[in-house]
Amino acid sequence: MTAAPAATGTAIGMSGLTVRFTTRRSQTTALDDVSLDIEPGEFVTIVGPSGCGKSTLLKIVAGLVKPTSGDVSLLQRPVRGPQKEIGFVFQKAALLEWRGARANILLQAEMRGMDRAQAARRADELIEMTGLTGFEKALPHELSGGMQQRVALCRALLHSPPVLLMDEPFGALDALTREQMNAELHRIWRETGTTVVLVTHSIAEAVFLGTRVVVMSPRPGRIIRTFPVELPAHRDYAQVMSDPRFDRLATDLRGLLGSAAANH
Amino acid sequence: MTENSLDTAGRQAAADQAGGARAAAAGPGSVDAAGGLDGTVSSTVVKRQPGGGRPPRPTLGRRAVTFADSLWRPALVLAVFFAAWWFVAAREYVPNYLVPTPGQVWETMTTQWSELARHTVVTLYETVLGFVLAAALGLVTAVAIAYSRTLDKALYPIVLFAQVIPKIAIAPLLVVWFGLGLTPKIILAVLIAFFPVVISGVAGLRSTDPELLDLAATMGAGPWRTFRKIRFPNALPHLMAGLKVAVTLAVVGAVVGEFVGASEGLGYVLLLANGNLDSALLFADLILMSAIGIVLFVLVEIAEALLIPWHASRRAGVSLTTS
Repeated sequence: MTAAPAATGTAIGMSGLTVRFTTRRSQTTALDDVSLDIEPGEFVTIVGPSGCGKSTLLKIVAGLVKPTSGDVSLLQRPVRGPQKEIGFVFQKAALLEWRGARANILLQAEMRGMDRAQAARRADELIEMTGLTGFEKALPHELSGGMQQRVALCRALLHSPPVLLMDEPFGALDALTREQMNAELHRIWRETGTTVVLVTHSIAEAVFLGTRVVVMSPRPGRIIRTFPVELPAHRDYAQVMSDPRFDRLATDLRGLLGSAAANH
Repeated sequence: MTENSLDTAGRQAAADQAGGARAAAAGPGSVDAAGGLDGTVSSTVVKRQPGGGRPPRPTLGRRAVTFADSLWRPALVLAVFFAAWWFVAAREYVPNYLVPTPGQVWETMTTQWSELARHTVVTLYETVLGFVLAAALGLVTAVAIAYSRTLDKALYPIVLFAQVIPKIAIAPLLVVWFGLGLTPKIILAVLIAFFPVVISGVAGLRSTDPELLDLAATMGAGPWRTFRKIRFPNALPHLMAGLKVAVTLAVVGAVVGEFVGASEGLGYVLLLANGNLDSALLFADLILMSAIGIVLFVLVEIAEALLIPWHASRRAGVSLTTS
């Protein structure tokens, strides 16, 4: 279990990740021996019930949480402390209230000390790509939830990170906006070739977006199974929904998640 | 032309009202709730699209209307108050040496204006200097407490405990130590105004969304950049509320300092007028003291409006009132 996770070409390597929280009275195991290798360009979706440690897993990869034991590597370098080569999107858009959409996106550049002109060009590209044109100056409270999340996504993509980590990014959106955002994210992933790890509650979202779906058990979080998604690389939302392969996989996942919950 | 602009103002008023209702429903800073209102919000935004994503700023005319609207009720209350005062004093229901008529107060104010102005300037100077020092020291202390766990544990209990000591009771000691000059007054103003700045500053700095701080860490930004770009602007709404309290307290500090031992300032004049049973001068003096407090408070409000126009408390179109 102590084997180095850095196989050649691995974007993210996790091996034997365990996280225990010790409170005064008891010890909780949030993650139990999680090992997973993710190749560059993959879109891995992680589904599991609430409290299975999915979010903690992302934070470990980002270097924001230290595992109790186990090894993580990002782009073949061991993770120690916060990582810069990533873009992070949370469930909440977490925008700065006092900045307009474009200024919020450019926060990424300012914090990193990136070249201004180049960052501005990239921001305009992203604004156009995500359909935020016309809202560059709008403050967060003037934007809908979906728009806010688009701004957060642009901010996470501004520095063209090789790895994008998303923690239930569309969980707070209504169903229609969510589908739309899924389609957009799929398109962006195809265009940028970024490695994406996305945590979600939604089986449909996991299957539609993922090239691989990882299913986790309730606390203590373990990986129960990993499913490759046998759908074309270029997906259309309506087509995928009516594809029998989608149905089969979604049913399998639902069954697996259901039995995992029932055993608990 | 005029008709046209009036019409625009009317439509803006309607849009602003809708905006206010939305802010109220979503609650300040509640991103999740705003997400829940997705449908309505996006439709409003889409309607605005031709003119750009942002609603236009209120015109000067509309702002004047809002201002007048916020003013007439308190103005009415004041008018009633003055009328009652005049009625009671002019009819001498209360002896004239206890309550002078508004006319007498006005006369005192105008005939002794040069003297009163000199004393007002002294008190104003003590207050402003005390307030500025309290704001600076309070902010530094708040940053230290918010950033360092050690300093939090070492300083915060002392700051809280020190607030229990009645600062006014320290005034005589300050006079013994620093004499009759301006120093003890300024120190007293600082001591009184310091506490609200620290408390609001700490609350503001601690209110930063932890996810934003996580995000800042993955952006590779150092603590100074994170402070400048995220934590400090985020703390401003809290801080400005504390500063508004602090500025009115600074006046109290300065005047109490003058009570204890001084040869100039409005507090000194007040004691003098009291000794001479000169109630007209006493009232004039009180009015000037209040005027200092009001003017400084309004200045802080204006600073707030300029610094945090984005904040929920400033969005409802209410100006110059504590909302």
